[in-house]
Amino acid sequence: MSLLYLALKNLGRRKLRTTFTFLSIVVAFMLFGYLCAIRHSLSGGITLQGASRLIARHKVSIIQLLPESYKQKIARIPGVQAVTHQTWFGGIYREPKNFFAQMPVVPDEFLPMFPEYLLPEEQKKAWGSTRTGAVIGRKLSERFGWKVGDKIPLLAPIWPKRTGGNTWEFDVVGIFDGKDKNTDTAQLFFRYDYFDEARVDEAKGLIGWYMVRVNNPDEAPALAARIDAEFENSAAETKTETEKAFLQGFAKQIGDIALLTAIIMSAVFFTILLVTGNTMSQSVRERTGEFGVLKAIGFSPAHVLRVVLIESCLLAFLGAAVGIAMAALLITSHGDPTGGMLPLFAFLPRDAGWGAVIGIGLGLVTGMFPAWSAMRLRVSDAVRRI
Amino acid sequence: MNISQNEELVRVEKVEKVFRRGSEEIHVLKNLDLSIPSGDFLALMGPSGSGKSTLLNLIGGLDRPTSGSITVQGERIEVLSESRLAAWRARHVGFVFQFYNLLPVLTAERNVELPLLLTHLSRAERRRHVATALEIVGLSHRARHYPRTLSGGEQQRVGIARAIVTDPTLLLCDEPTGDLDRKSGDEILELLQVLSRDHAKTVVMVTHDPHASARAKRVLYLDKSQLSAAPVA
Repeated sequence: MSLLYLALKNLGRRKLRTTFTFLSIVVAFMLFGYLCAIRHSLSGGITLQGASRLIARHKVSIIQLLPESYKQKIARIPGVQAVTHQTWFGGIYREPKNFFAQMPVVPDEFLPMFPEYLLPEEQKKAWGSTRTGAVIGRKLSERFGWKVGDKIPLLAPIWPKRTGGNTWEFDVVGIFDGKDKNTDTAQLFFRYDYFDEARVDEAKGLIGWYMVRVNNPDEAPALAARIDAEFENSAAETKTETEKAFLQGFAKQIGDIALLTAIIMSAVFFTILLVTGNTMSQSVRERTGEFGVLKAIGFSPAHVLRVVLIESCLLAFLGAAVGIAMAALLITSHGDPTGGMLPLFAFLPRDAGWGAVIGIGLGLVTGMFPAWSAMRLRVSDAVRRI
Repeated sequence: MNISQNEELVRVEKVEKVFRRGSEEIHVLKNLDLSIPSGDFLALMGPSGSGKSTLLNLIGGLDRPTSGSITVQGERIEVLSESRLAAWRARHVGFVFQFYNLLPVLTAERNVELPLLLTHLSRAERRRHVATALEIVGLSHRARHYPRTLSGGEQQRVGIARAIVTDPTLLLCDEPTGDLDRKSGDEILELLQVLSRDHAKTVVMVTHDPHASARAKRVLYLDKSQLSAAPVA
């Protein structure tokens, strides 16, 4: 027998109460897992490549377009290694709930700019030779069952065609994989020349934003300032920032995700703190006499403290472990619950580690007060309370 | 009054114990002296509230005197820190309580094993000690039973096994038969006599029951902070 065995036995004493507390911890940590995945999907995706990339957009808003002619000017700025552009297409596949990102790009510039997208050589060639060709990410291909050779019709409400109508048709010529887990493979890219030629005349020559690769990532902030200075007082001033800042700003359009998740998590863990703390306090109070006996037979105050803390940590840690495991299982097996809005929705091992640390912390905090009370019991009083 | 014999194990000198209830001070023990020789089987009797259990708790290091000193086996215990006092109790004292005070979630053998968790004994050695203690109290066949499945007498035997499993010098019993019927009480008293006689344990027993005190080698009456060999008239 050990103190751990004693703690396990004590947890089994009031099975219903322990079960309810355990389940509430499990649910709290499942929620923690989901919130971590949501936060990651909205603020993650910043790869090492992203550290050397800047995004230059219209100063007013991302939905304002920039002239395509800026490309040459940006390319001439010292410190710029390469530049290309992208535009938000916003097409709908059958119905709005099938949301995914689509963007017209210049393949020869796009693929070197994003080495994290891995496209087989023959598919690169096919993309270059097919004007209506599009490449799709592995996740997207799995989501809709698309394969090379398929035709994908998309309705683009913001991009009417010169020939009339808003329906665009693309030929899948390649499927790209991500270099790592953080790479978003739920997107579709198609050729800018086809897009520019087919859209209405008023929109020609306008693009969404520029991607700029810098020679030295350390100089990125200075270079961003130089780019903005270049277009200062023009009809379309720019706002240039790092890819990370841009993606965070993009996510903030639906609210401050980090703050929201922090508030929800704090509320959840505060509630769990009260629930578990109450369970432990009741449990220790009911056993006042028993703690008196333990002290009478020689358990020191430190031993008593340990007995209670092992119990509270065991309860919190097991609840956390099961909750995190269930969240990881559900997130991995079911994936993005929004059906495409959160392409990087994944549970990271790092979050499991944080969950375990929070679980132990929860056990220590909830056990500390009752353990302190048990530790300070006067033996002669406690033994009389049987 | 000073009662002493040779081979002194416990010495209580000029002990006072005052409890505070709000602003009121209750003097339970005043200037009390007592000496208990090794191997003694002492019954402490007296009216309710006379301070018998308080004296027992002081001798066992469960409480501290307001003044005076308590020496057990040459060691002043009232000056020990809380953790050293706990370690001292684990080594030298076995407690037997009126209501057995077994942990209901543990079997009889696990309850007996509890004090051994504080020692450096291996699991096998602990098991051997537990088996010996249960054999002495005649409960080897009930080792795997939970307290709720044992009779009161059996539970008290488990309590005694737990008290003697570390082989302490001093056995302190607070009304050990107070919750038992006559037959079970007799069995427990018989067991305490055996422990005193055959296993050289020094037993101090608080009781109200003259039938129980008759089994002791020596009876002392505590009343109004005075110890005497015969009840105060």
